[in-house]
Amino acid sequence: MSILIDRETRVIVQGITGQAGAFHTEKMLEYRTKVVGGVTPGKGGAAVHGVPVFSTVQEAQRATGATATVIFVPARFAYEAILEALAAHLGLIVVITEGIPTLDMVRVRRKLVGTATRLIGPNCPGLITPGECKLGIMPGYIHRPGRVGVLSRSGTLTYDAVYQLTQAGLGQSTCIGIGGDPVLGSSFVEFLQLFQDDPDTDAVVLIGEIGGTEEEEAARFIKTRMTPPPVTAAGSGAAQCAASSGLVTGGGVTKPVFAFIAGRMAPKEKRMGHAGAIIAGGHGTALEKMDALKAVGVTVIDSPAAIGQTVKVHLNQLSTKQ
Amino acid sequence: MKLHEYQAKQLFASAGIPVPRGRVATTPEAAADVYDALKRQCVTPQEPFACNVKAQLHAGGRGKAGGVLVAHSAAEASSQTAKLLGKRLVTKQTGPDGLPVSAVLLDERIEVARELYLAVTIDRFPAAPVLLASRRGGVDIEEVAATDPQAILHEPIDIEHGLRVAQLERLSAHLGSTGLQAQALHQLIRNAWTLFDTQDAALLEINPLVVTPEGRLLALDAKVTLDDNALFRHPDLAKLRDPAQEPPIEYKASQIGISYVGLDGNIGCLVNGAGLAMATNDIIKLAGGNPANFLDVGGGANLEQVTNAFAIILADAHVKVILVNIFGGIMRCDWVAQGLLNATQTLQVTMPIVVRLQGTNVDEGRRLLNDTKALNLVSVDELEAAAKQAVELANG
Repeated sequence: MSILIDRETRVIVQGITGQAGAFHTEKMLEYRTKVVGGVTPGKGGAAVHGVPVFSTVQEAQRATGATATVIFVPARFAYEAILEALAAHLGLIVVITEGIPTLDMVRVRRKLVGTATRLIGPNCPGLITPGECKLGIMPGYIHRPGRVGVLSRSGTLTYDAVYQLTQAGLGQSTCIGIGGDPVLGSSFVEFLQLFQDDPDTDAVVLIGEIGGTEEEEAARFIKTRMTPPPVTAAGSGAAQCAASSGLVTGGGVTKPVFAFIAGRMAPKEKRMGHAGAIIAGGHGTALEKMDALKAVGVTVIDSPAAIGQTVKVHLNQLSTKQ
Repeated sequence: MKLHEYQAKQLFASAGIPVPRGRVATTPEAAADVYDALKRQCVTPQEPFACNVKAQLHAGGRGKAGGVLVAHSAAEASSQTAKLLGKRLVTKQTGPDGLPVSAVLLDERIEVARELYLAVTIDRFPAAPVLLASRRGGVDIEEVAATDPQAILHEPIDIEHGLRVAQLERLSAHLGSTGLQAQALHQLIRNAWTLFDTQDAALLEINPLVVTPEGRLLALDAKVTLDDNALFRHPDLAKLRDPAQEPPIEYKASQIGISYVGLDGNIGCLVNGAGLAMATNDIIKLAGGNPANFLDVGGGANLEQVTNAFAIILADAHVKVILVNIFGGIMRCDWVAQGLLNATQTLQVTMPIVVRLQGTNVDEGRRLLNDTKALNLVSVDELEAAAKQAVELANG
């Protein structure tokens, strides 16, 4: 019941001997994530919380059969670390590191073209499939296995939203923090596609914020690219009822999408903590994003405190209609 | 990090982007010397030789705000400089308080046939650098983008190959340059891209890029913003930072790893995480109040950082109430609560503080807050209720 990662995912941690790397390795292990190896140049042969450390990603990959990596390497070395993971053909690279130079990420994005690797982040909390696998720094206990997908550009706001969902009795299929930087490895659009195709996801909660065009691109995608799920999608009751509930607009949104956009109060041209959250030239405002999403049938939530309840009420209405 | 015009022009000159002759001055006496030096450098000086005296500040709109003066003699260079130095110049981009002027750039005056626009920045969605060019230079480019978008050519740059010949030809055609002038323009554009790339710029803007009656190209103005995250690679550029151009509280916060943006309300906010901090500002507004600031205390906030954050919030005299909104993930709520209690005691905070804690060890954290003898501190479990209470207290 998930996208991208599950209980079988074999993970290595780059930067495992650093403070953050070691701390979160322990937390990921506690969550029963299969952390099978770690990498720190020059520290091959050591062990962190019982996890063997290798000096290169390639050695780690060969010895462990890992398919995913979580990177905690400091910003100035992150570019090299990412390229190393890419060269070792890891399928999923999650970059937690904050403060990577933008042009380094532009170069990374260029190198990703034509590869089979997916990169999430940087400056993100990572992703989690509740009850199965955690690749990142989010507190595991607030999550619960279930059928709502969560996509977000932020960290603690996502935890708050997830916690609200859990409190409302709504579990999550997979929760992904795509990161707060201007240039990211993956956008909302790619994960919307995956959630749309995932038979175990019934609805998606999208937490956006001011700046950039992620949310506008998501809206465009929701309108034009989402395809109806197979009729045989067993168990995805809410999805099927959504398709017949009149909620569908704009040609093919088959799963309900809910959104909250942070930063309505933000002044122009100010950087609000996230490097990505800046309104430039009057574009990327919260209202523009909310309008774009509303126009394609997304339920836009005004208050950050009402995310869990709104999703619950709407999904209940949908299943009652059915 | 923004650079001053004179700093950007020094970078331009060393990167092969032609700029007018000019030099910076920080006293009226130095300005007189610069005037004389510029006059000597001009092969065919106009009589009397005139130069611009341009106030240096991190904002556009200087001309209309009286920040660009003319001097026809060394004495006038000195007196015009004296008028600008030490002043806070208010332009449409600075806000009502304006920005301080502690340097002027004396630039030779250039005869202008045409004014163009050229910029390099990062286009976020395709995640690629992009070159923007327009024949409509010398005006507010955002205005052009809004009213006449066709007038701006966008050329995405492949970071592995740089600019291609076909792109350069499209650019010069769009800007109406042919022959030798087109060749010079191609070189200038290549140099601008190389400068952007090698110095890790976030924005490089030349507005206007002028064509003189003889067909020479010159960057009459220069705006460069550097990527803060890449300054570790450019220690020399990092030294060019002018803290006086940044709001003092914001600068102080940034030095200790706190993201702070001053707003115009009276409810101080202390939050962990940028997204949650924005959402907290939003919910205050929804509850009918006005936040005094955006503040992200950072992920690994410890006791010291919480105390620092309080000190920063209190530096704004408009603050009447503080709303603390912490989602404890890795950061445990009981630690946060203890930090809050210590900080309010250390700083002797007497104004009301509304605290909303959620997440790891929340019960323990709330118990600590509820047991406190500090009467000004209230713990509210739900964010919406907390925001409402803060607004009531601020308005009451």
